[in-house]
Amino acid sequence: MIPVLLEALVKTVFMLLVILLLLIPMIWAERKGAAFIQDRTGPNRAQILGIRLAGLVHPIADVLKLLFKEDIRPERAHKVLYTLAPLIVMAVALATFAVIPFGDYLEIAGRQIPLVVADLNVGILYVLAIASLGTYGVVLAGWSSNNKFTFLGGVRSTAQMISYEISMGLALMGILLVFSSFRMTEIVAGQGELLWGFLPRWGVIVQPLGFVLFITAVFAETNRNPFDLPEGESEIVAGFHLEYSSMKFALFFMAEYAHMIIGAMLISCLYFGGYNIPWLPRSVLEANASFLLPLIIVFTAIIFGWIAMLFFRRAQRERNKFGDARDREPGLMGSSFAFLACLVLLSLLLKPWNMNATAVSIFATIVQVLAFLVKVVFFSWFFIWVRWTLPRFRYDQLMALGWKIMLPLGLANLVVTAIVVALVS
Amino acid sequence: MGDYKRMPKGAWSKRTSFREAVYLWEILRGLSITIKHLLRNVIRTSDMPTMQYPEEKREYSQRFRGRHRLMKRDDGSPRCVACMMCSTVCPADCIEIEAAEHPDPKIEKYPESFQIDLLRCVYCGLCEEACPCDAIRMDTGIYEIAADNRDKFIVDKDFLLNNDTDGTR
Repeated sequence: MIPVLLEALVKTVFMLLVILLLLIPMIWAERKGAAFIQDRTGPNRAQILGIRLAGLVHPIADVLKLLFKEDIRPERAHKVLYTLAPLIVMAVALATFAVIPFGDYLEIAGRQIPLVVADLNVGILYVLAIASLGTYGVVLAGWSSNNKFTFLGGVRSTAQMISYEISMGLALMGILLVFSSFRMTEIVAGQGELLWGFLPRWGVIVQPLGFVLFITAVFAETNRNPFDLPEGESEIVAGFHLEYSSMKFALFFMAEYAHMIIGAMLISCLYFGGYNIPWLPRSVLEANASFLLPLIIVFTAIIFGWIAMLFFRRAQRERNKFGDARDREPGLMGSSFAFLACLVLLSLLLKPWNMNATAVSIFATIVQVLAFLVKVVFFSWFFIWVRWTLPRFRYDQLMALGWKIMLPLGLANLVVTAIVVALVS
Repeated sequence: MGDYKRMPKGAWSKRTSFREAVYLWEILRGLSITIKHLLRNVIRTSDMPTMQYPEEKREYSQRFRGRHRLMKRDDGSPRCVACMMCSTVCPADCIEIEAAEHPDPKIEKYPESFQIDLLRCVYCGLCEEACPCDAIRMDTGIYEIAADNRDKFIVDKDFLLNNDTDGTR
């Protein structure tokens, strides 16, 4: 009993750390990515002893600012609900990850530990149920602030959720039919196989239309740009979080990014094979571990060395650009990357081409977890990328898209999938 | 009612092609445009048009009208003869001169005080053109004029006489 609880605790902490540690670079990527897409330089001023990390120090300054800001509650706001709303949004965002498998299994001391916090047999239903709860936070925030703009934001969020939850569910039904399971682990494991011997059996390949519907619905559920009507800063100021300040606002802000990360995890689990690497199943990984691990080590060292070289060249080129502590930055960054490269190369001394069975199994697990994280990071970036590409939908366009296009398409997709599945099996 | 008839012709009659109506292709096109900008700026960060302002400054033309300065004679006294031409022509009425008799009989007057209210000045350069003895110029190139108090924007004769910076004659 106790080892099971301990395992669950460690896995929970790992997932929480992944999400909370991804938040900071996400916020950074949002600002810096937006700037670069619009041909601006973006944040580059905040520094600690001259170290700016291309603006990665800014989130620290932001958090400090938000922590010390005055926490204002409107006089006639509903006291309890006003405080509860950001908590609900954040808690819901952090609750969804429980059923997401981030790896196959980890074998330690003869125990096979499945790398998912809770392997529910109704995993997908749990995701749908929890994800729609997030809207409660938005609606309550909008209503309890006692402000017409926040109220409008809350109402919009409700309508949007009702319209897009249906297409999300219909898109997921296709996946359920293909992999014939509600269990997230089985769906992900099913995507490790090959279709007709050469195509990875990923959700996006067996359900292309379902993928488009699902990703659109996820954008609507996370209130991200083409569908960020609850915020709609050009129409209703800031929407549901207009009256919030200080750390309560920060909770909404962080919850938005946590929702994006969860959305990215769902997309990569359901449609992009989760931890599976195409054409490289676990058995192949384990069989070639003695060859793959040194290759990965050398490759990583070369990449780090190359980055270090770029920094050193920059240090030479811009020796006295600013005339203060910031001039030391390229040199410092270059030396730390060179140090990292040496460290990675030093690990070759441990003879990675000569591993025992446990080490091979752990290596395969780590590679698969990394594959999952790469997919998650890409789709998190995809959310940002889309935000700075597309304009916001108008309210009637949103409803028309949801009810007149996505709902019929979802139904058609379901019918076709059902017929094909029935014929094949 | 009926106003929609006056809309420009293309506004209603433009038919979207099938490719535009599907929207996905157009989204992909937009995404490729934004990622092109991003990659270009990541690879060649130094080519970005943004200037890191306090460190780098834009070069202005020689004719740029900056903060005023008063010219001096060889002996260091102001060239100004307090003729009031500049304060008369000034459209913003920001120059205030008090004239006094000059000890040298060849020079009639000199400015006892010469004040410019920089907040009222519209930097039109008419004072420069009106001056008969090239005593007031706006060629300092200074455009960073800031203070924490309105009174500090009213600059006097001593300030204007010692106002020339590098790059000015």
